[in-house]
Amino acid sequence: MNLPESEPRASASPEASGLPYGRGSELPEARATAPARRRALQLLAAGGAVLLSLPLLLARRLWAAAAPPSNGTPEATLRPKWGLVIDLDKCTACQACAVACRAENNVPVAGPEEAALARGIYWMDMLKVVEGKYPDVHTQFIPTPCNHCENAPCVKVCPVGATYYNEEGIVAQMWARCIGCRYCTTACPYTRRYFNWRAPNWPEELRSQLNPDVATRPRGVVEKCTLCHHRIRKAREKAHAEGRQLTDADVRKLPACAQSCAAEAITFGDFNNPDSEVSQAARSPRAFRLQEELGTKPKAVYLREAKWQE
Amino acid sequence: MAGVSEVNASGAPHPSQPSGGEGGARGDGFSFEVERIFAPLQRTGRGFYLAAAVLSAIFGWGVYAYVRQFNDGLGVTGMNRPVYWGIYMANFVFFIGISHAGTLISAILRVSGAEWRRPVTRCAEVITVFALIFGGLSVVIDLGRPDRLLFVLQHGRLQSPILWDVCCISTYLTGSLIYLYLPLIPDMAILRDRGIGRLRWLYRLLALGYRGTKRQKKHLEFMISVMAVLIIPIAVSVHTVVSYIFATTLQPGWHSTIFGPYFVVGAIFSGLAALMIAMAIIRRAFRLEGILKDVHFNNLGLILLTMTCLMIYFTFNIYLVEITGNEPMIMAAVMAKVTGPYALPFWGMILGGFIVPAVILAFPKGRSVKGCVVASILIVIAMWLERYLIVVPTLMHPRLPWPEGIYTPTWVEWSITAGCLAAFALLYMLFARFFPIVSIWEVQEGIDESIPQVTERFAEYMPEPLGEAV
Repeated sequence: MNLPESEPRASASPEASGLPYGRGSELPEARATAPARRRALQLLAAGGAVLLSLPLLLARRLWAAAAPPSNGTPEATLRPKWGLVIDLDKCTACQACAVACRAENNVPVAGPEEAALARGIYWMDMLKVVEGKYPDVHTQFIPTPCNHCENAPCVKVCPVGATYYNEEGIVAQMWARCIGCRYCTTACPYTRRYFNWRAPNWPEELRSQLNPDVATRPRGVVEKCTLCHHRIRKAREKAHAEGRQLTDADVRKLPACAQSCAAEAITFGDFNNPDSEVSQAARSPRAFRLQEELGTKPKAVYLREAKWQE
Repeated sequence: MAGVSEVNASGAPHPSQPSGGEGGARGDGFSFEVERIFAPLQRTGRGFYLAAAVLSAIFGWGVYAYVRQFNDGLGVTGMNRPVYWGIYMANFVFFIGISHAGTLISAILRVSGAEWRRPVTRCAEVITVFALIFGGLSVVIDLGRPDRLLFVLQHGRLQSPILWDVCCISTYLTGSLIYLYLPLIPDMAILRDRGIGRLRWLYRLLALGYRGTKRQKKHLEFMISVMAVLIIPIAVSVHTVVSYIFATTLQPGWHSTIFGPYFVVGAIFSGLAALMIAMAIIRRAFRLEGILKDVHFNNLGLILLTMTCLMIYFTFNIYLVEITGNEPMIMAAVMAKVTGPYALPFWGMILGGFIVPAVILAFPKGRSVKGCVVASILIVIAMWLERYLIVVPTLMHPRLPWPEGIYTPTWVEWSITAGCLAAFALLYMLFARFFPIVSIWEVQEGIDESIPQVTERFAEYMPEPLGEAV
């Protein structure tokens, strides 16, 4: 940290460094400006260090902001953990659930051109599994809503927390937060998330029947099944008004898909309550989940007696 | 920039302000054809205007396409369910890959004391900065809601690999800018003192009052060497983290431990090829045959050959393991490339982008400027295809049985891609017009100091000569 004038640095002319800079450097002022330049270089180094460490500081703040989902605490175990049981042996493949879901949740209509481009949105979709070989062939329809995985790949990857576990185990989606990067749609191993490629649209006749309980989604965001959480809230408020707790009987046909199922194949309920209809069904030997081997812990349980044929 | 100007304003007066572009000082003090480097800063040929006009037109068309997409939504692209990502994502990985040409190569060569690097480093470092800008931009173009971009900072979740990318890429861009700027300071001082070039006020500002005193030089070289060491792990982290976007998901063909190193190698590979194309163009346009010599192409060609071999090795690894594993989910994506709809680009990439360049570069004659450029063009095209083949076939074959996805990019996507490439080239051209594209002081320093230093260093490697040892 010597001051420049304490050194015999007048000799530090450009010739000394062998570099052809201007003659100005030989002037006496060059000595006077040396500390300023040193400060400049120091400042530059400090600035660089600060800029390089900015992402780290930001990271700390963000880490603190991103609280992990609050399951595991005693309080959380008292809360319900909603899920569906779909009995494929009862399902008649009538697809009423898909239609009811559309109407209930204001799912936009893609139209023939966009649908042909595989851009339709179906919160409740049909997976078609063809079994056997001709002439002994049949098709199993599997109604597939979002699985509301307990270990959801989509929640893990969302950069802005637009998709998250709500306190009742529903994998929820904030339309107002989503930036439309579609990382969750690519990460979902079930491909159960949908993107609004264009501004949502409904034919004129359908507009007057939009459900006021569910917000419509803007263009450019991801949307998905919410397990009709607006209906859950309504049912709970009703029960509270009547001065009682929500029971299994209140909710078993709560979501639009379960309500509309003529064969009563779809049941809704609380997996945290061991006596609920869904918990009992999940213990059945007929029970299975889609792609259980991935460890995503889906909360849509399927029932089927027969073995799957190749 | 604010810091820079502040320092300069508060600093001492500039005793050596050029006296109105007086020509007396030009050319003196340099023992090589420095005029060749000064020339593009002074004169603009018709070729430049022609190229700039063409590139600007393509860029303008790309902007028009983006405005269409911004107004109508991502529906104007060919993406759908399940192919949620398309060529924008491929562009993102591609541009970030290209960015590894510069800073990383330049830093490695600097740290390892490769003396032939001196005329090459600047043109490499500039590629990094501009390619990174377009890499980051590709993701923004891909967003469904670009208006909510800042949510990534406001509501960012560090658990998401996208946030890792935001951190790494912004760090890399900042580091690369500093690393580009530091060796530029003495050159700015040279231009300032000689009154050469168009933006003299800017050169004076950027030179920070540099005079080339021993003390200044010592500090500068210290900082350059610190940045050179720092930038290497940052660069490696960037492309590793880009690969994590894919590798951390469960998707067949993406969920692989090899992806990190595979992406880094691919990045250096494509980046080197891009660098050699840029060098060849600069050499031709600015007549720098005497400065960017055949030996530089030969040496870079050797590094490129090494990277080609590594790429072939990694690619072989990935596909051998996937095919012998024979998991149905993964095989669906693999077979789409090997025999399915993507067989042509896949085998084109393997043969045209890996094998043919390897053969060209393996022979000393192939490492001529022409040979290197042919190999590099093949490699750059192949590496874009490689990124495309990582993104699309996997998404076409999601885990759940699903009618196979289709994906054909639309004119909007192609136009935006072309616009990005054109803007990248345009920015590079403009940089070469306003700043010396070859590091003048480093070349001069090499001429003055390298030979005794290298002789000394080589003498250290050898056993003591008998006569002196006794």
